[in-house]
Amino acid sequence: MSYLTNNAKYVPTGIRKLIYLNWPVIALICAVSAAGFLMLYSVAGGSASPWMEPQVKRFALGMVLMIGVGMVPIWFWRNMAGLAFGVSVILLLAVEFFGSVGMGAQRWIDLGFIRLQPSELTKITLVMFLAAYYDWLPTNKTSHPLWVALPVVIIVFPTALVLGQPDLGTALLLLFGGATVMFIAGVHWAYFATVFAVGVGTIFAVMQSRGTAWQLLKDYQYRRIDTFLDPANDPLGAGYHITQAKIALGSGGVTGRGYMQGTQSSLDFLPEKHTDFIFTTLAEEFGFIGAVGLLTLYMLIIVFCVASAMTNKDRFSALLTMGIAMTFFLFFAVNIAMVTGLAPVVGVPLPLVSYGGSAMLVLLVAFGLVQSAHVHKPR
Amino acid sequence: MKKGPKDIELSSRTVSRRALIVGAAQLAIAGGLGWRLQSMQVEQADQFRLLAEENRINIRLLPPARGLIFDRNGIPLAENEQNYRVVIVREEAGDVDEVLNRLVQVVPLAPEVIARAKEEMLRRSPFVPVIIADRLSWQDVAAINVNAPALPGITAEVGLSRLYPYGADVGHVVGYVGPVSDYDLSRIDDKDPLLQIPKFQIGKTGVENKLESMLRGSAGTKRIEVNALGRVMRELDRQEGEPGKDVQLGLDERLQSYAQARMDGESAGAVVIDLETGDLRAVASAPSFDPNLFVRGISVKDWTDLNENKYRPLAAKAVQGTYPPGSTFKMVTALAALEAGVIGPEETVYCPGYTTVSGTRFHCWKSGGHGNINFHESLKQSCDCYYYEICQRVGIDKMAEMARILGLSTRYDLPLSAVAEGLAPDKAWKRDVRGETWRVGDTVNASIGQGYVLASPMQLAVMTARIATGRYVTPRLIKSINGVEQPTGLGDVLPINENWLRRTRQSMEAVVNHPRGTARRALIVAAGMEMAGKTGTSQVRRITAEERARGVTRNEDLPWERRDHALFVSYAPVENPRYAVAVVVEHGGGGSTAAAPIARDIMLQALYDGTPPLDAYPSADRNRIEEQQKRIAERISKINRGSAPA
Repeated sequence: MSYLTNNAKYVPTGIRKLIYLNWPVIALICAVSAAGFLMLYSVAGGSASPWMEPQVKRFALGMVLMIGVGMVPIWFWRNMAGLAFGVSVILLLAVEFFGSVGMGAQRWIDLGFIRLQPSELTKITLVMFLAAYYDWLPTNKTSHPLWVALPVVIIVFPTALVLGQPDLGTALLLLFGGATVMFIAGVHWAYFATVFAVGVGTIFAVMQSRGTAWQLLKDYQYRRIDTFLDPANDPLGAGYHITQAKIALGSGGVTGRGYMQGTQSSLDFLPEKHTDFIFTTLAEEFGFIGAVGLLTLYMLIIVFCVASAMTNKDRFSALLTMGIAMTFFLFFAVNIAMVTGLAPVVGVPLPLVSYGGSAMLVLLVAFGLVQSAHVHKPR
Repeated sequence: MKKGPKDIELSSRTVSRRALIVGAAQLAIAGGLGWRLQSMQVEQADQFRLLAEENRINIRLLPPARGLIFDRNGIPLAENEQNYRVVIVREEAGDVDEVLNRLVQVVPLAPEVIARAKEEMLRRSPFVPVIIADRLSWQDVAAINVNAPALPGITAEVGLSRLYPYGADVGHVVGYVGPVSDYDLSRIDDKDPLLQIPKFQIGKTGVENKLESMLRGSAGTKRIEVNALGRVMRELDRQEGEPGKDVQLGLDERLQSYAQARMDGESAGAVVIDLETGDLRAVASAPSFDPNLFVRGISVKDWTDLNENKYRPLAAKAVQGTYPPGSTFKMVTALAALEAGVIGPEETVYCPGYTTVSGTRFHCWKSGGHGNINFHESLKQSCDCYYYEICQRVGIDKMAEMARILGLSTRYDLPLSAVAEGLAPDKAWKRDVRGETWRVGDTVNASIGQGYVLASPMQLAVMTARIATGRYVTPRLIKSINGVEQPTGLGDVLPINENWLRRTRQSMEAVVNHPRGTARRALIVAAGMEMAGKTGTSQVRRITAEERARGVTRNEDLPWERRDHALFVSYAPVENPRYAVAVVVEHGGGGSTAAAPIARDIMLQALYDGTPPLDAYPSADRNRIEEQQKRIAERISKINRGSAPA
């Protein structure tokens, strides 16, 4: 019995819930998605097909799902958290097992209208499950070693499965999304400090041991790390694309070349120009103003989510909102860092903008959960 | 678990506090990203714009040098020559029409060349270089380079193009290369990026085509930096491809050229097989065509000439043409009969000049008949009635089996465009293919190499080689690839009684060397170089009873395309044979008059590895031969000079 169920009488009911939706977040999501439609139209050379049109349809479906999810009481979602996480882990195991045996290298499940990637789903259900866990756990036990070990296992298990796919980007998102929920729930600082210190120490040891008698990895593994960290080592492969992406982005200048005027992206210099690298086209065509504008829209979504979480006295709602906000933040921050050459290329799309139905639907459903938390918060 | 209000209040404060920390951290990171965007798009924007506008990095394929083709002595039959060409990149040229107009003022190019280039450009992406014209002179190249500022998008390049120094002499064997066509691309499943290069040259016929995968090599790449006009600023790095493999043929270019020249004016095919290795020393088909014409792009007139010539220059008659072998098939019939034991070697058959089988009269070439005749005499004088008799005793199936043992009716696995299978008919064949039952008359026709029997000059040479050596000799065209020797064509001993083979050889020796032999006029008198052989004259069509009655039996009275084919098969020297030669002259008349002298000349050329001394010929022939040698030497030097590049 949490605080919320006791105070349900203060929660709006029926059609009145619509008024209490987090409308600024909805407006911001629409704005970001609209920017995505514009860019998909541009990279197709001024055509709604093959990318913009399906993207708009999925967005419309996603918006309906988001509001639908938002209208359902948040305690229902909390009760569903365990089931949802369980299902997504089973699906992950299913594609891990059948994906490699029965269906070739298939990492998704075909639902007819959309191909659902279980790893996509797990990003949300993991955060949900952890939020429910900390809602259930008495606050005084939050930092108890046993009760810390349990969520660590809950995070590491799906992360390891996704990493084996291999999908480094999603693994990072799961890890940091989960860690954020733990942090906000109040797990002691010392745990995070220890993990950070051990991590840095390990990396330091691995890199320092190179070329010595006690070298920890094989030579070819080091070479792969080199290429990963500095793609310029592989000039005909990843490095070529990053160089071209940076040229496109930088050449946009302050005001950009103008809509559909990008020379670099219209030539086939850019790989994945409609998915992971779509930000470079936007930055080339709309310049610094456009790029920072999009970044600001993204950050406003985060700010509204954080504000909603901070004012929400229900523990599950607050943790869930922050977890989803963090996942969303990691999406665009890693993507922009990647195309500006600050981070290695790990294959993370630009949320709500990159072409891709499964990612967009899952994100909009996640925002539906944020809406539900917002609508049903005790007032 | 139960929670008190105080507990909730406490946890809510923690959550709020930490959410604020996370939110702040996120803002800080976003600020970092914003700063990064600012530094790239505001501070360094000019640099990046410069990179974008002026320096684009292109990756270009480096076509490998095509493998060379040599003859057995290392004489190049197919080489790569340097070739200057002018190339245009549409996207860099801007106003294509204007640029091409200026180009024409600098280098005189035909309007249709320009029109073709424009058409080609429309079919390709704007950044693909299109060849406007090739085989430019050095002066043209210099003129283009001097005027480069006025000719954006146009560059003069040096490339390699295929050259066949001996032109027509090896055209049928070596084949030729040509630009890869859409048809080629649709037909072959090959992911090689080289094939995407416009006008990339691939083998179209002959060895060039059949050994394409070895000759082609693999592509290299180079990364170049080009400026806004497309001018190459510098080469960043390059990965060399692998050049194609060099192929050495067993062919002897000088012998091949001689054979081609010797058959000039005829429609004929000749094959020389080395009996020690099975090497095809010469595979000559006359008339021939110059493969260089195809590499440069053949003109409509040349193409029409080649196609409308009744001597069919495009047909490789030596391996592709099949002819009724005529009397050269008699060895097959005789060996089948001797091996089956249906006739003894000394047993005689009476020849009255004709034989009547089931109501049909089959004539011997000698209308008066040969009288009583045994195996040796029958082959020496080429009596037909003897074979009409023994073939009925042995039956067609055993004859067909013997033909296959001796190498007829077999498709040899040679890297040539069309290798004919020929035909040694048997009862099953006629039933399955023609749906008719075999008749005795068919056997009688087949016994003298008429009717359904068909063989190519190469197969006849293989047959002779097998009789001469008593072993399975298989023709070999490729001697070595990149210096790696290929297996020779000398196989096991034939499943034929050596006694019968020896008697057959003795009779073939008499055909040439005995005063009453049919090939007496192809005599070689040099000691140790004596030749053995067998003539053949095969009817292209039956001489009707009406014509026979009118007395039209002489070939000279018939139009060319109805005259008999002349054939001759031979090997030499009689002791320790080294070469087998087969010659077929289409519609040449009698084998002894039209084919045997050609075979003798080619054989002597092979035995002496060059021009033979006159005293290898009978004294009566020497004056005529001397004239002929002079004529051929002149012709060879003229042809080889003529097809070489200026």
